[in-house]
Amino acid sequence: MLTTVLDILIGGLITGGIYAVIAVGLSLQYGVGRVLNVSHGEFIMIAAFITYSLYTLFNISPLISLLICGPFLFIIGFLIHRSLFQYLRDTSESMDIFEGNSLLASFGLLFIIQNIALLIWKANVRGYTYLVHSVNIAGAVFTTNRLIALLFAAVIGAAFYLFLTRLRMGKAIRAAAQEPTTAGLSGVNIKQVLAICFGLGALMAGFAGVLVSMLYQIQPTMGMEYTIIAVIVVVLGGLGSITGSLIGGFILGLIGSLVTYFDPALSLVAYYAIFILLLMVKPTGIMGK
Amino acid sequence: MDLSQFKSRRFLVPGLIILVLLVLLATLPFYGSDYIVILLTAILMYVIITVSWTIFSGPTRYISLASAAFFGIGVYTMALLGKVLPLAAVITIGASISFILALCIGLLTLRLKGMYFIIFTFGISELIKNFLLWYETNFTLTVGRWVIRIDHDQVYYIMLAIFVVLMLTTYFIRNSRFGLALESIGHSEEAAAHRGINVTWVKVIAFAISALFMGAVGAIMATRWAYVDPRTSFNPLLSFLPVMMAIFGGMGQIYGPILGAAIFAYLEEFLITEFPYHYMLIFGSVLVIAILYLPNGVVGLIQKLWRRRRIRAPAP
Repeated sequence: MLTTVLDILIGGLITGGIYAVIAVGLSLQYGVGRVLNVSHGEFIMIAAFITYSLYTLFNISPLISLLICGPFLFIIGFLIHRSLFQYLRDTSESMDIFEGNSLLASFGLLFIIQNIALLIWKANVRGYTYLVHSVNIAGAVFTTNRLIALLFAAVIGAAFYLFLTRLRMGKAIRAAAQEPTTAGLSGVNIKQVLAICFGLGALMAGFAGVLVSMLYQIQPTMGMEYTIIAVIVVVLGGLGSITGSLIGGFILGLIGSLVTYFDPALSLVAYYAIFILLLMVKPTGIMGK
Repeated sequence: MDLSQFKSRRFLVPGLIILVLLVLLATLPFYGSDYIVILLTAILMYVIITVSWTIFSGPTRYISLASAAFFGIGVYTMALLGKVLPLAAVITIGASISFILALCIGLLTLRLKGMYFIIFTFGISELIKNFLLWYETNFTLTVGRWVIRIDHDQVYYIMLAIFVVLMLTTYFIRNSRFGLALESIGHSEEAAAHRGINVTWVKVIAFAISALFMGAVGAIMATRWAYVDPRTSFNPLLSFLPVMMAIFGGMGQIYGPILGAAIFAYLEEFLITEFPYHYMLIFGSVLVIAILYLPNGVVGLIQKLWRRRRIRAPAP
């Protein structure tokens, strides 16, 4: 009995930790920049494949890949926002129109990124094994890589939270999220901050991608699945709330783990059911105002 | 409606053009090759989905991503009932189920606006897809299903019939009090409510009408695919494409979405045959460029160029 509970609980925390990292980037991109980036999952996929290639070709540890993929995707995200989304923001008549247009533009991005990946890595399902010793926790057995993923997810989440709340840049970001105009008047370089936010979202997607590649099989078309999970977590936590998505990730992970215990095929259905119910009952999510 | 209206020249020229086009389309199987008929069937499918999407989302500016749900329901109605019931009955049932589902979704999502509405409609579509996947793998033990095949000329004619009914519906909605009500909801929902418009009812009915046509087109399109599964029937692409096509064409005019969908569908066909490995890449780039540089669509661009020419030309 205890073993089963531990199995579900720790399994849920591991999945939840990854979900939190997956979602927090999207949350930042939408919360501050108002871009519901549906190509978020593609950034995760790219990072997963880079990690895979580095590990299989050059034997570079996935944990070192974190330091390569994160900054690399940050630069890509920064440049995309500077060129694409900033242009849309300048030309859209209102914020609502911008939200719609940026969603569609990111859908176009999804195709571009996914198909570049398909050209480079082909459509095969891939995977690698890394640190698969089993660890016994009171009868429940977990592999090392899953526990390491949980540890890193927690560290990344905490570091990100501290960055937003303690550092000057984090304050500027939160100011831009609440009142872009006033923040601009107070000397915050809004364009810079928005691009950095989008870059940071991509950076988090990069970290998530590395962790995902350590645990699951990967393929170039996997992005959509992760985007959807990110969207569900972000809505669960409250659109735009960073803390909400961190907590929401763990909640969804635990629910997923519980449902998977009874019927693995039902977990996605359960996610959507929760998602739909939530939107009907409390669309602002758990941390919404 | 006054008949003398139609005699005026304002209606004569466009009326004649439409009539000639319709005759050309209706007689196509007699002079066109099979390839042309099948290509036009695919183009009509996109045109119907896009125009019916525009019925609700055009004037109200609520972006719905539930198109795939309504289309997929049509597809599955045909897959389940195609062998048992006559074709017309199956299409009607598919359309009706989509209509009823849209009524339910509409009534449930009244409180949701903007991004929440977009996400919700997308979620509904994915929920149905995943539920169906789970159900099929666990209970019927088949992920895909075979659908009856029908002669492609017949499919084409049914598609054309749906298209004509859709265009008539769109025309009448645009020129009715109902259409005006939708329009005013798009401008300001609160003001519309204050003017005594039953905002809820108008939105829900428009949403359901648009779903009706998507269900019908899904049902008939299933016969062309022969083999269907939840992933292809509820493909999220089918939710996003109508939005893209409508914006690409331009939503200001009745023919904008038709133009957008036709160009896109042809482009897709052309790219698949010419650049089979890069076609999605090019397609994605076209999408991004269209959103960046064609905010009012192709129609808006044509109008702009036309105006510029007229300004440059010396006055007679």
